[in-house]
Amino acid sequence: MGLRELWHRLGSPRWFYTMSRNWPWIFGGLAMALLLTGTLWGLAFAPPDYQQGNSFRIMYVHVPTSMIAQSAYIVMGVAGFMLLVWRMKLADMVLATVVPFGMSMTALSLFTGAVWGRPSWGTWWEWDARTTSMLVLLFLYFGLYALRQAIPRQETAGRACAVLALLGMINIPIIKYSVDWWLTLHQSASFTLTEAPAMPISMWFPLLLNVLGIYCLFGATLSSRLRLEILKREASTQWTRDIILGGRL
Amino acid sequence: MTLFVGQLRREFIVMFQSLEEVANPLVFLFLGITLFALATGGGPDVLADYAPAIIWVLVLLANLLSLEGMFRRDYEDGTLEQLVLLARPGFVPVLAKVAAHWLFSGLAMTLLVPFAALLLYLPTSALFTLLMTLLAGTPALSLIGAVGAALTVGLRRGGVLLALLVLPLYVPILIFGAGAVLQQMGGMESHAQIYWLGVISVVSLTVTPFAVQAALKIGLEQ
Amino acid sequence: MGGHGLYVWLAYGATVVVVLANVVSIRFARRRYAREALALERRKETAQAAGLDVSA
Repeated sequence: MGLRELWHRLGSPRWFYTMSRNWPWIFGGLAMALLLTGTLWGLAFAPPDYQQGNSFRIMYVHVPTSMIAQSAYIVMGVAGFMLLVWRMKLADMVLATVVPFGMSMTALSLFTGAVWGRPSWGTWWEWDARTTSMLVLLFLYFGLYALRQAIPRQETAGRACAVLALLGMINIPIIKYSVDWWLTLHQSASFTLTEAPAMPISMWFPLLLNVLGIYCLFGATLSSRLRLEILKREASTQWTRDIILGGRL
Repeated sequence: MTLFVGQLRREFIVMFQSLEEVANPLVFLFLGITLFALATGGGPDVLADYAPAIIWVLVLLANLLSLEGMFRRDYEDGTLEQLVLLARPGFVPVLAKVAAHWLFSGLAMTLLVPFAALLLYLPTSALFTLLMTLLAGTPALSLIGAVGAALTVGLRRGGVLLALLVLPLYVPILIFGAGAVLQQMGGMESHAQIYWLGVISVVSLTVTPFAVQAALKIGLEQ
Repeated sequence: MGGHGLYVWLAYGATVVVVLANVVSIRFARRRYAREALALERRKETAQAAGLDVSA
């Protein structure tokens, strides 16, 4: 299938619905396998850290949740852009369905970070580059949620959120940079895609597994929620009626 | 150009007709300073240390108060459609509105800040830096805030929502603004922060008018 | 676990709870919508059979 045809197909929620039938299961299965392996390895088999003892193991949940929190927002920014420029229905739905997952991951990142900070650096909270950026991200997510709730018409709400998501996405690098030249207590990035990590492989491999796992989890929840949203929004069409009446939901 | 000037003139007329509305956020600024002075006991050391932070945060909040009214009047009497849909190019009247807002809030606050600095015992050596940060940063506050105001125009209880949407976006401006003055007070140079504020303002100037226009169109659909 | 056990379990526990909550909420929403939509369709069918207009 050519790129042009793919693009055209993406404009049809129904096509996406039929095409993504197995996605929740595939992504979900992968997520479970990766996360279970990564977590077990990280909890039981990775050697204790020289400085932090066993509390470093929290990294295996803190880093993936932080990464997915930021990635999810970027997905929304892109979806917002596609909605505003090309009026793509699917983009509107993506924008609506990512928020709960993204917000819960951001909150989880802040919580696990606090729990990691207490035994490792002696404090539950510190205003540094990472924590502040993550907290602002939580506010940005909440703003999207609040704006959608405040606007009664669904289509208007979707497009207003698209503008906000886009604005937020543009702002994120600026926020990160500005927050960055404050004194930082946070460790320098323990997981970057291009640099060689400063940890032995037995330590960062479970992290890789968990990061991949959480992205698969994102895929599973997103495709699953998206499919439900498609059914809801296309409720007046025959093909959705057939699915519901046929009990195939 | 005439479109811009025409709109600007209209804004001026409206503002002068209701000067108390313009004055409210400015009074709020000094009210807030009073609250901080009372809450901390008014000691010169404490106030001087926190003066840049207090002033910058109150500038942000006072700005929010004045943002609400940016599109409300035109929305209520129906001229907002004319503004957004009929004007060519569409972003010019928007720009004029934002400019008027900045003149009567951001710039006005900057001019009044020396008094605020006095009340908070800000060292005079830091005052110049503070004024520079405000001059460089307040345009961005008006521009970015305009997008928030446009998104929430016509919504009930839009004021709180506006604050919620806009304040996270204000974070970099606050950090550079207050940080510059704190750095200067600590004896170091702070040119970089002021340049950054200028950059944010300039980038906002190029990007936000279109976002405002889009948001207004979306808001008028209701 | 070197005295840090509580924290580790707290962090992992919270993660498990949030992930499960996400998964469960989706299933719950899906089932609920299936019930509601089916009920709505059934009501529409009976109304149609009775000759009422259901074009709403």
